[in-house]
Amino acid sequence: MSATAVHSLWTMAGGVTSTAPVEKFKAPVIEYTQLAPVLIVIGVAVVGVLVEAFVPRRARYYTQVFLTVVALAAAFAAVVGLAAGGYGTTKAHIAAMGAIAIDGPTLFLQGTILLTSLVAVFTFAERRLDPAAHGKHVVDSFAAQAASVPGSDSEKAAVRAGFTTTEVFPLVLFSVAGMLVFPAANDLLTLFVALEVFSLPLYLLCAVARRKRLMSQEAAVKYFLLGAFSSAFLLFGIALLYGYAGSVSYATIANVVNGSVTQIDPALADTMGNDALLLIGGAMILTGLLFKVGAVPFHMWTPDVYQGAPTPVTGFMAAATKVAAFGALLRLLYVVLPGLAWDWRPVMWAVAIITMLGGAIVAITQTDIKRLLAYSSIAHAGFILAGVIATTPDGISSVLFYLGAYSFVTVGAFAVVTLVRDAGGEATHLSKWAGLGRRSPLVAAVFAVFLLAFAGIPLTSGFSGKFAVFKAAADGGAGGLVVVGVISSAIAAFFYIRVIVLMFFSEPKADGPTVAVPSPLTMTTIAVGVAVTLVLGLAPQYFLDLASQAGVFVR
Amino acid sequence: MNPVYYLYLAALLFTIGAAGVLIRRNAIVLFMCVELMLNACNLALVTFSRMHGNLDGQIIAFFTMVVAAAEVVVGLAIIVSVFRSRHSASVDDASLMKL
Repeated sequence: MSATAVHSLWTMAGGVTSTAPVEKFKAPVIEYTQLAPVLIVIGVAVVGVLVEAFVPRRARYYTQVFLTVVALAAAFAAVVGLAAGGYGTTKAHIAAMGAIAIDGPTLFLQGTILLTSLVAVFTFAERRLDPAAHGKHVVDSFAAQAASVPGSDSEKAAVRAGFTTTEVFPLVLFSVAGMLVFPAANDLLTLFVALEVFSLPLYLLCAVARRKRLMSQEAAVKYFLLGAFSSAFLLFGIALLYGYAGSVSYATIANVVNGSVTQIDPALADTMGNDALLLIGGAMILTGLLFKVGAVPFHMWTPDVYQGAPTPVTGFMAAATKVAAFGALLRLLYVVLPGLAWDWRPVMWAVAIITMLGGAIVAITQTDIKRLLAYSSIAHAGFILAGVIATTPDGISSVLFYLGAYSFVTVGAFAVVTLVRDAGGEATHLSKWAGLGRRSPLVAAVFAVFLLAFAGIPLTSGFSGKFAVFKAAADGGAGGLVVVGVISSAIAAFFYIRVIVLMFFSEPKADGPTVAVPSPLTMTTIAVGVAVTLVLGLAPQYFLDLASQAGVFVR
Repeated sequence: MNPVYYLYLAALLFTIGAAGVLIRRNAIVLFMCVELMLNACNLALVTFSRMHGNLDGQIIAFFTMVVAAAEVVVGLAIIVSVFRSRHSASVDDASLMKL
């Protein structure tokens, strides 16, 4: 038997000699340059894991910090390059076979996430806050060995040996990679995978505090269980929307929702008629996203997790997660479900109102500075939701601006919280902060600037952001929300000012906390926070223009 | 057989899982209930995939399994570390931060 005859046995199995041309497999087209920010961050995160495996212990810290900072800076440069190349405006398009949208909001939010993470990573790398705690060893905010039981001999041995958890740096990078994809996701599968990619490292980061380890582990368990619960809701919502539209791509779903779909096969005609699929599916996806945002019926995790997590992680999480989650929420509501606006607007109105009021009112009763900032972040989520509800181009750009302004204030404020310490680590109880302004005026003044920005006092970034969001909401026909927003801002201002009064106008206690003198790392974080707060407060116009140029979603 | 029955089953499983998360008190059981919810999602996805005659839903089911596996790795690590330091996996005992 000849070779060709043998060959024909395989290719023409069953004796069928088909002459039809074989359909060629089409390789997917991936625009690697436009995905560069994400790819850089993921690539370096993987390198970071290898560093943990192969680099000797004493060199790991410097290697990891260097790699992380370089990765975030390079990714930011890539975002700026893409924006300069016009991908935010004229060349905005859907990349990676429909999975990722490269447009103005994507690039603006990716830039914001990368810059805030870069600034936050400096607080992760801080090692000089607690020099006397364990003899000659340097001490950072993370457990010597996260696997050892708190208070056990193995923990003491790990501390004595001077171990540190340098794994936090690759974890941060993985998380940032997920956050970069989250607001860019252009189909529901990418949305879900990005959500998990940024959440899973955060659950771990919450559990690795050096001090108050039981609290830290408790925060992680709560965050993990509630986060997994909410992402199950998101996934079931995805299943229902997929069932409704027969596709997970944002554009297709939007067409089916609008009724502007051209080809209707019998199955689609069957499911399209079923509004329950659409409404329940949309509601469940919104539940998952509002959980990540920390809006009121789904905010239960926020105070506990913010309080228990190591403070640098809290700052990073509070800022970057909120930016990413609001980006995804905006894209979902403006690109996928605009045809459903009459249905989701009343619900979002209610959520925004109870979020603003609930966050502001409950914050008044708080006695722990980290819990107070957590409730303040809930109130801010409500303010941002007011901008989201506007459903106008101004709504998008004001939300983008607000997110940029808010994230730097948050990172800076939590960096200041790491400085005020007593024998048990950070002194987070508010009574300990009494008289801080007399003891160390500079730190108290910086914290006062951040609090004023949170409160939205003019000349700070908080004012410009709030003004933009409320103006967009009022123009978008949500005047009632603006009234509630102003009232809850007034309530919120009360507790921010109360902390300032406590710091400057009460007598310092004899056994009060000490204020650590940080290394240039934390100083950089705080300085950048103050600078951005003041620049966005005094001269916001350039950044408002930038945000309004960026505020167009590609479809 | 009408595929809609599988959707009813998926919804039922999802509800059982959600109720379990809200009612049960052991972190491991809670976690198993979350996994049940994810698998209910998988069933719904595969059923819709069959109804629409495209493969998207089945592909998503694979991704869900991978994500669930990753979640197990992270979740068990956290739950076990909590159990080792407290000798309890009850979520009612985790109340250091109550107001």
